[in-house]
Amino acid sequence: MVVTSTARTISFREEVENLLHAEEGVSLVRCVQCATCSAACPAVEFMDHTPRELIGLINAGMKDEVMASNTFWTCASCYACSEKCPEGIRPADLMYALTRYSLWKDTFNRDWVAPEFSRRFTRTILRTGKSYEPGYAPAFIFEGGFPGMVREMRMAVRLLGKGRLPLIPSRIKRIRNLRAMVARVLPLDGIE
Amino acid sequence: MTRYAYYPGCSLETMAASYHVSSMEVARKLGVELEELEDWNCCGATAYSKVDELLATVLCARNLAIAEKRGLDIVAPCNACFKNLWTTNAAMKRDADLADHMNYALEADDLRYDGKVEVSHIMNVFVTDEALASIRQKAGERIKGLRVAPYYGCQIVRPRRPGVELAQADNPTYFEALLEAAGADPVAYPYKVRCCGAALMVTNRRAAVQMLRDLLQSAVDAGAEVIATACPLCQINLECYQREVNRAYGTNYAVPILYFTQLLGLALGVGVKRLGIGKELVSADAVLKRPCAATAPTGA
Repeated sequence: MVVTSTARTISFREEVENLLHAEEGVSLVRCVQCATCSAACPAVEFMDHTPRELIGLINAGMKDEVMASNTFWTCASCYACSEKCPEGIRPADLMYALTRYSLWKDTFNRDWVAPEFSRRFTRTILRTGKSYEPGYAPAFIFEGGFPGMVREMRMAVRLLGKGRLPLIPSRIKRIRNLRAMVARVLPLDGIE
Repeated sequence: MTRYAYYPGCSLETMAASYHVSSMEVARKLGVELEELEDWNCCGATAYSKVDELLATVLCARNLAIAEKRGLDIVAPCNACFKNLWTTNAAMKRDADLADHMNYALEADDLRYDGKVEVSHIMNVFVTDEALASIRQKAGERIKGLRVAPYYGCQIVRPRRPGVELAQADNPTYFEALLEAAGADPVAYPYKVRCCGAALMVTNRRAAVQMLRDLLQSAVDAGAEVIATACPLCQINLECYQREVNRAYGTNYAVPILYFTQLLGLALGVGVKRLGIGKELVSADAVLKRPCAATAPTGA
């Protein structure tokens, strides 16, 4: 037998598991497809694939199907699945890992609001150190069409009347230091 | 006097200002000192973790390091802030490599974190045996017999902290104990730890509106006159989008959604205005103008 190379291509499952390293999660091969995660999920009917199906697709190496799925962008991070998995897998952390992967590989569907919302949110914090709700409106306000936009504006006016809507973004004092801190863990131009 | 580093989080500066003022009033009444964390930054909500894990960690690490420098433990009134700070704290305590990496970053703000801080949700401060006894002693008749749905939300109980059994995380009871101590009548309903929809309200409106409908119906079915929350996002979703639920499902919910600190403040005799009551989009009159509140029998 001739060994041509010692290198081995890692599978999609291993690639995904590498993204989970910091969470100390259990390997996805432990999944027994019992669907407890899907039953616990309050948003499951709005997902292209249930969490159980998604894990099955990952284990089968069906990368294109997984990356095209809206499932991980539909997760509300309520962690009900992670609490209930009898094998100790943490699907909620898996969903986070896949959102990062899809932003990194630029595979997300441009029609979805969630990726753009997360990006805007992150950029805002890197500019001011704090969140500023009105700044995210452009990511979603046109979603509901014209009537939806009018309703959203009406609510903004009511909130404004109650003094609950900030007109000017708040900013931390040492934003320069905070940016320098972030730059020590990842390149700022990658996220801004 | 117990003193904590108070991490308000971004929402409490604006949309949830009444949670901030009512927390301050209740803390004062119960002899808890809340000192706002100096130059704190956003915890990242759910967005940073969707973009980059180290980014999410480094931003929470900064808040932990500022508290450590001040020598105080952190309390956070928002479920998401609490969960993010707690998770980062646990990760840095168990992973020396991660802590080294974070400390290298923290140097840029003249900070360092050695894992000496504990992180709690603000509700935890008010449910100790001592605090409950104090509430029982000081509570007046203002919310006596008021049927309240205690809404925990998600991240105050999940991911489960070490030492907490699944049964406790599924069916926690400390919120009920707090309401009872204040004289209210907490209702039992199955959705008290189910998700409100969180940021799906922005990213997947139909999903969030349905989740809210289920939650409102569950509380109303149990006879709740008001829903009490422990998180600004839960409050904002439940209140500001109640109209949207009514439009989508032909329902006519008009359930006041108050922060638990507002109800607690009422019980402790704090004035309505000082608790930020009056800034709601769904009127709280059902709570404030109950006929003969003090004497009404349960179920009246």
